[in-house]
Amino acid sequence: MNKVISIHTIRFFVLILAQVLICNHINFMGNINPYVYILFVAFYPVQNNRLLFLFFSFLLGISIDMLADSGGIHAASILTIAYARPIFLKFAFGSMYHNIKFDSTELGSKITYIALLTILHHFIFFSLEVFSISKTILVLQKTLFSSIFTILLCVILSIIFSRNTK
Amino acid sequence: MQQIINFIIRNKLFLLFLLLFSISLIFTIQSHSYHKSKFINSANFLSGGLYNTINNTSQYLNLKSQNKLLVEENNTLKSILYNSETAIDSVILDSTTAKTYKFSTANIIKNSYSGTDNILLLNKGKNDSIKQDFGVVTTKGIVGIIDRVSSNYATVISILNTTNKISAQLKKTNHFGSLVWNGNSPNIIQLIDVEKIAPVAKGDTIITSGRSSIFPKGIPIGTIKDFELDAAENYYEINIALFNDMTNIEHVYIIENRDILEINNLLNENNE
Repeated sequence: MNKVISIHTIRFFVLILAQVLICNHINFMGNINPYVYILFVAFYPVQNNRLLFLFFSFLLGISIDMLADSGGIHAASILTIAYARPIFLKFAFGSMYHNIKFDSTELGSKITYIALLTILHHFIFFSLEVFSISKTILVLQKTLFSSIFTILLCVILSIIFSRNTK
Repeated sequence: MQQIINFIIRNKLFLLFLLLFSISLIFTIQSHSYHKSKFINSANFLSGGLYNTINNTSQYLNLKSQNKLLVEENNTLKSILYNSETAIDSVILDSTTAKTYKFSTANIIKNSYSGTDNILLLNKGKNDSIKQDFGVVTTKGIVGIIDRVSSNYATVISILNTTNKISAQLKKTNHFGSLVWNGNSPNIIQLIDVEKIAPVAKGDTIITSGRSSIFPKGIPIGTIKDFELDAAENYYEINIALFNDMTNIEHVYIIENRDILEINNLLNENNE
C-alpha cells in the first residue's frame, strides 16, 4: 500500500513539473500544447476514497494554474474529469471495472478511456480559457488539435511505463 | 436538522465537487477581468524561484539571437547619437530637468503566447521599485503592462491578452484607437475604433499614443497588414503585424512614468 502511495505522490510532482516546464512550451504549430497531467486522474487506483481523489485532482490543477498564470481553468477541468471518471471507466472497461488493473487491460479499451477523458478535459479547459460564446469555433478547433496531441502522448507514455512496472 | 445532515452525507461527493468547481470558476473569472488575479499568480516566492532557476540554465540556449538583438539596438542608438545635430559636450547636472520617464532593465523568465490570456513573468519586483501599471517594452516594440508585483518578481499582462486595451495611433497622423487581441495569431494584433476619416494605408506604422500615461508617445508597435470597416461602417478594424517577435523575447525595459500620480490626481479632480 505504501508503495502505491509513494508512486502516486512522485507522479503528482513529476507531472506538475513536466507540464509546466516542458509541455506548456512546446507550442506546436503556434499554439498546440499537450496536457499530460491528466494521466494522474487516468491512472489513479480505481478503488479509492473519492473525496480524497477529488481533492488531490483539484490540488494538482490549482498548482499548475499558479505556475502558468491561468486563473482556475486547469483546476476546474481536471476536477470535472476526476468526478466523471467512473462513467468513463464503465464505458471503456465494462461494468466489472471495480477490480481492474491498468497494466493488464487491453490496449484498445485503454485508448478509448484516455481519449474520452482527454476530450472532456480539453473541451472544458478551452471553453474556460477562451471564455466567450461567440468564439465556439475557436474552442472546438483548439480542443480537436490539442486532444490529438495529448491522446498520442498519453498513450505512448502509458505504454512505456506499464512495461517497466511489470 | 437530521435530514439536512443526512442529505449532506449522502451527497458529500457532489457537494465537494461543486465547492471546488466554484472556487476554480471564481479564480477563472477573476483572471479574465483586468488587474483582479489576486491569489493565483506566478509572482510568488515558490513559482518565481522555480522559473528563475530554470531560466538561469535555459537562457544559454538563445544567447546568440539575444546578442544579435542587442547589437542591432546598439547600432540604432549609435546612429542616433552620432547623427544628432546638437553636439553633446556637457553633462547636465540639474536635477530639476529630470526626465518624466525612467527606464530600468529586466529579464523575462517565463514567456507565454499560446493561450488567449497570456501572462509573462519578470525577475524584478518591489525591491527594484517596480509597481503595478508600469509599461514593459523591448527594443523593437511594446510587450505589456505590469500587473502583480511580489518582492522579487512581477507578472506582465502581455499585449497578447484578450483583456488588454492599450491606446495606439497612426504614426503620420494623430488618429488613435484601442489595441486589442483576438487570440488567433501571436504575430498579429488588432487596432479598433479608428475613425473612418483617418487616412489608413497598408504598411503604415502604428505607435503608442501616450494617452494612457503608461507608455510614452512614439513607441513602435507594428505595421498595418490589412484593414476593413466594422459592421456599423463607422470605425476601422486594422490588423497589425507586430515588430516584436513575441515568441522570442528576453531582455526588456520597464518604463516608469514619474508624473503618473500628478496626472491621475488631475483626472480624478475633473471627474468629481
